[in-house]
Amino acid sequence: MSTPRKMNLVDTAFQRVLLFLIIILTLLFYPLLEPPYLSGPGWQSVLILPLLAYIILVLVQRYRGTALPPVEMGVGLFLLAYVPICLSSLRGFDGEEAPRNYWTTVAACALAAWLLNDLLSGPKYRTGWRGTFAKFAVPAIFSLTLLFLWEVLVRAFNVPFVLLPPPSAIGVRIANSLPVLAADVNQTIFKAVFAGYAMGCAAGFVVAILADRFLFLRRGLLPIGNMVSALPIIGIAPIMVMWFGFDWQSKAAVVVVMTFFPMLVNTVAGLTAAGHMERDLMRTYASSYWQTLFKLRLPAAMPFIFNALKINSTLALIGAIVAEFFGTPVVGMGFRISTEVGRMNVDMVWAEIAVAALAGSVFYGVIALAERAVTFWHPSIRGG
Amino acid sequence: MNALASPTQPATATVTAPVIEATGLGLTFETGDGPVHALSNVDLAIGKGEFVSFIGPSGCGKTTFLRVIADLEQPTAGRITVNGMSPEEARRQRAYGYVFQAAGLFPWRTIERNVALPLEIMGYSKAEVAQRIARTLDLVNLTGFEKKFPWQLSGGMQQRASIARALAFDADLLLMDEPFGALDEIVRDHLNEQLLQLWDRTNKTICFVTHSIPEAVYLSTKIVVMSPRPGRVTDVIDSTLPKERPLDIRETPEFLAIAARVRDGLRAGHSYED
Repeated sequence: MSTPRKMNLVDTAFQRVLLFLIIILTLLFYPLLEPPYLSGPGWQSVLILPLLAYIILVLVQRYRGTALPPVEMGVGLFLLAYVPICLSSLRGFDGEEAPRNYWTTVAACALAAWLLNDLLSGPKYRTGWRGTFAKFAVPAIFSLTLLFLWEVLVRAFNVPFVLLPPPSAIGVRIANSLPVLAADVNQTIFKAVFAGYAMGCAAGFVVAILADRFLFLRRGLLPIGNMVSALPIIGIAPIMVMWFGFDWQSKAAVVVVMTFFPMLVNTVAGLTAAGHMERDLMRTYASSYWQTLFKLRLPAAMPFIFNALKINSTLALIGAIVAEFFGTPVVGMGFRISTEVGRMNVDMVWAEIAVAALAGSVFYGVIALAERAVTFWHPSIRGG
Repeated sequence: MNALASPTQPATATVTAPVIEATGLGLTFETGDGPVHALSNVDLAIGKGEFVSFIGPSGCGKTTFLRVIADLEQPTAGRITVNGMSPEEARRQRAYGYVFQAAGLFPWRTIERNVALPLEIMGYSKAEVAQRIARTLDLVNLTGFEKKFPWQLSGGMQQRASIARALAFDADLLLMDEPFGALDEIVRDHLNEQLLQLWDRTNKTICFVTHSIPEAVYLSTKIVVMSPRPGRVTDVIDSTLPKERPLDIRETPEFLAIAARVRDGLRAGHSYED
């Protein structure tokens, strides 16, 4: 905070409370330089020096009555110093109960992350490069905090590995199994998901256009579509394996069935989205059915179509992975999950889950970006 | 009723067959609450180059009449011709441009692409489209806004763009359904003035629905007063105002006399309800 007022390190009473709590909890952290603390590499103690420099700077500025340095910098330096200490201390009491003052430090770190995110969500971080920075920093800090707590809780409480491995073990497993993971992603996502998704969405779209053109299709097909989308579609996976064999084709078929009806229903709904006035306008131009479709009704339906594409991106991934449980060659994400869990290699299961989550997010993100580009005109995207 | 016979008609120099001719026109909507007589026994003829305003309270069928001309509604009684054809044939020949109450611009198209929309549908060449966009946007004073999207413009500018869109192809008939109803008084005055200039320059026939008496009197060569339940024509007033009309013509006794007659006509249509 750059105003010369005293005691203006933080804005709100809530942040002040957090700051005091962090300081009190940190003071309970003793003895600083004995095992099990700092059982990690000795250079880690160096990380505490910038924090000390910051504290001295704050004290000097307070004394001179000039502007205090921004508190978010101090909180960041605090996290930089204490999070590595908390993590490396875990090794020190491996298998034994963690001392009580260890938990006060962990709590101080969690509160510091909270305070940092609260500060980064303040009015100073709404616009300009600061806004851009905060937009990426806040979710990053948030998820890193969750991973940190996961790691610390699982290891300090000695949670059995089979129940929940620490994220570090999952990370190590991912790093050591890249070729296997790549082969699984190739089999499940690049073959089954992409092929099934493309075919299912395209077929749903084309049938929606036909249903729009021919009333009997709309009346006959849509109730069936509603019924099929209420079915547990995973139940058809064994049948698809019988029809299309063990390889990715049967998984793609499951994905086609899963994605077809959301696309059909959404596109049919979207084609009615154009207003009466706009349709009357096209009629005054003596516009043909196809001209009205391409120039008015499809553009107006795009928000609905992208909605279906987004729903389908996650459905396709679920469908392909679960379908592999019912028979597959010895590669694929679903195959890996079902076999490794039987061999108690839960870190591999988690590694596959992490990769699937990442792939699903990227898939969804790409579609969401395309949506922004295509439906830039929609009030929900242009914002107003 | 037939204004073409009227010697006071100033705008029609070359009198030919009427652009729009309705005889005994009726339209009844069948609703759950029984039939609604939107139009009943309407006789009207509109000559080429006239500026005709339809005025009346809501429910009097003025918009319905316009939609019948545009073949957006089908009459249930009587007959109507547009350019000597049925409304459907006229629509298929793109005989008219229609301006709706709201601008109805497509938000995914820029202003120039919106104006190009009817031209694309009607299969004009690229060069022709570009030239017509430039010409019509200039006509409604929107040059410089070609690349803007509709939601980046004010309501008045959007409505002007929609008029440009209706003018882009060479229809001799312009149907306008309360185009300025949602705009504020000052913007409205301005657009009315521009509309008159435009009418003067293009010599189009304009049918204009409004519920504002000053607007109707200021713009029109002929004012059709309508009344509701059933929708019918109660009076047709031929304006004696000159073609050249500055905004302050609205303070002249001549103007006020016509406005008073319109108001009387409207009141007469309402009286049976009291």
